[in-house]
Amino acid sequence: MNQLIVSPSPHTRSSVTTRSIMLDVVIALLPALAVAAWLFGGRALLVAAVCVGSSVLLEFLCRRLMKRDQTIGDLSAVVTGLLLALNLPVGIPLWVAIFGCFIAIVVVKQLFGGIGQNFANPAMAARVILLASFSGYMTARSVPGDYLAVDAIASATPLARMAADAETSSLLQMFLGVKSTCAMGEVSALALLIGGCYLVFRRVISPVTPLCYIGTVFVLTGLLGADPVRQILAGGLMLGAIFMATDYTTSPATTKGKVIFALGCGIITVLIRLYGGYPEGVSFAILLMNILTPQIDKLTMKKPLGGKTA
Amino acid sequence: MLKLGGVKLFHFKNSKDAATVELPLPSQVKIPLLQHMGAGCQPVVAVGERVLTGQLIGDSDAPMSVPVHSSVTGTVTAIEDYVAAGGRVEKQVVIQVDGEQEWFPSQPVEVHDQASLVAAARAAGLAGLGGAGFPTHIKLAYKDIDRVDALVINGAECEPYITSDYREMMEYPDDIIAGVELVQRCLGISRAYIGIEDNKPEAIQLLAGKLSGREDIRVESLPSLYPQGAEKVLIYNTTGRIIEEGEIPADKGVIVMNITTVANLWRYVQTGRPLTHKRVTVDGNFVKKPLNVRVPLGASISYLLEFAGVEMEKARKVLMGGPMMGMAVYQLDAPIIKNNNAILLLDEKEAEFAPTTACIRCGRCIGACPMNLMPAALERAYDQVDEETLKKLKVNLCINCGSCSYVCPAKRHLAQKNQLAKGLLRKK
Repeated sequence: MNQLIVSPSPHTRSSVTTRSIMLDVVIALLPALAVAAWLFGGRALLVAAVCVGSSVLLEFLCRRLMKRDQTIGDLSAVVTGLLLALNLPVGIPLWVAIFGCFIAIVVVKQLFGGIGQNFANPAMAARVILLASFSGYMTARSVPGDYLAVDAIASATPLARMAADAETSSLLQMFLGVKSTCAMGEVSALALLIGGCYLVFRRVISPVTPLCYIGTVFVLTGLLGADPVRQILAGGLMLGAIFMATDYTTSPATTKGKVIFALGCGIITVLIRLYGGYPEGVSFAILLMNILTPQIDKLTMKKPLGGKTA
Repeated sequence: MLKLGGVKLFHFKNSKDAATVELPLPSQVKIPLLQHMGAGCQPVVAVGERVLTGQLIGDSDAPMSVPVHSSVTGTVTAIEDYVAAGGRVEKQVVIQVDGEQEWFPSQPVEVHDQASLVAAARAAGLAGLGGAGFPTHIKLAYKDIDRVDALVINGAECEPYITSDYREMMEYPDDIIAGVELVQRCLGISRAYIGIEDNKPEAIQLLAGKLSGREDIRVESLPSLYPQGAEKVLIYNTTGRIIEEGEIPADKGVIVMNITTVANLWRYVQTGRPLTHKRVTVDGNFVKKPLNVRVPLGASISYLLEFAGVEMEKARKVLMGGPMMGMAVYQLDAPIIKNNNAILLLDEKEAEFAPTTACIRCGRCIGACPMNLMPAALERAYDQVDEETLKKLKVNLCINCGSCSYVCPAKRHLAQKNQLAKGLLRKK
């Protein structure tokens, strides 16, 4: 007989791994990517491929240079690349997309210690930096080539158009997916919801965060006199609430913490949308709440069962 | 109402229909004199002496101790040191079996109040048979017994594979009920709860049927959520009471007993014969015929596995107990003791260590912890030797159920770190 192995309990582990979780997120993003490809054509897939490819390559190089364990196998870089792609307009110049990946993977993720250590969601931080640095490309005022053939209103997102009191898409179009100049992952609320339901079903995310976030925006915009249905369907809310605000590392761990986090995201989003200088507030809202997460975690620590406070 | 954390496990109760079979007598038994939580016993027999089945062979003056009896008839050939679980060196009595199985003379025991019940539990050699091995008589001897109004019988058996308690319920339901009534009568406890996980519907039905219409003993069907059988979890889920830090269950009016222990207590009172055998489940995914075997205490694991016809060349890890809290044994000639309820075999693949990766702060460990602890935060505090934080986050309340390690997608050794952290705090 072989030598027996001895180790402390437990001697069995669940089949869920970091890699399986990340794979689930990739799967959940596929409907949104499919809608983008259907509406915008091959370039949507090209942008996604470039973002995923450069994210993985940058992570590989970073880990190599820092002489750390290789982590590209956990697929988190694939998730970041894909998420960033879906946060960009289809006409984005590829070099800008690659620069975004650099911000996400190198600056926000690896320089802070890699997976689990970043203070903000890498894709979200990259989007915010690109928005501030390349707002022209990001709001697609100068779309290279003709990717918006039919109803091309090369001005801004539906939200920006709403703000300008311009012509708007119908609610059903916004739900199912409509060509516009916003980020290519934001065009179909339905596709994002399908992905979200998959993640909840697979227990990858808790439904608390997206429900609270979207609910807050709905109620608050309603109270403030905006059209709440249009508000929750438009812009990056679905994408942000389902895929970015639920990022493990940068959102609170307890349910109570998640509620506070999502409420904060909702309130900031509405304030920026209705009163701020930018047409969209989701990215800034999540980024701000990311930064507050350690404080929220501290305030919402669990009380041990039967524990006495010394 | 507060809902406690836990994890859904595969049950693998493959041996549930395997009725108990008797292990043929081995030629030799090695009976450890420490088979319980507390102090080990001193031998009361000498080398060369002939002992009978059920004869006292080890006892101790220490209050936290349980006497040990011979499981066989035979001759004492040696009294030697051995390394007990946890690394302590204790004594064991080696007996050459002569096959007579002649019982040490005994008679039914008169039990009518707390003092006589405590004496009986001690004389029966009973320690918690579910796995913890806590001396039964100490629980029953709680001095402020009038405060105790609830008896909780642990039939949860929440670990995968194990069906030792389940077979007790199916084969000796009347002993269980009589034992419960005995304890209730002697201690004046008005209400008893028999807690059973709902993955054992036949056992629930059998006991509930026998107890139908009775208010004093209730069968509670509990969700199959590990660790349902952990003492504090079981107390909360049956009585709604929370045992505070530093308290024992009796401080909150509850005494908890394992279901096989209570049946054995009744059998002792009926016959005067102490605990000499234990039912052990033998299973594992390559075990063709999972068994429940009645093993004389002190028989070796290897002898038991030989009897079970296990293909030993496939085993890479051998556990005493279940996959969540069982102990990995390092040698197969180790003896079966009172609190063993299973010998579980893991193959190459199951014994493999998954590589540990970085914590992704997913919070699964927090959701899984039945004690409401924050395992990932505790791990960080331990790694930083931050004793203040370890104390503040109550690492001492960890029951080492292993749920946090089980759910961790990064395969971090969270439960193990908690044990190390407790050790770190104890050293000071």
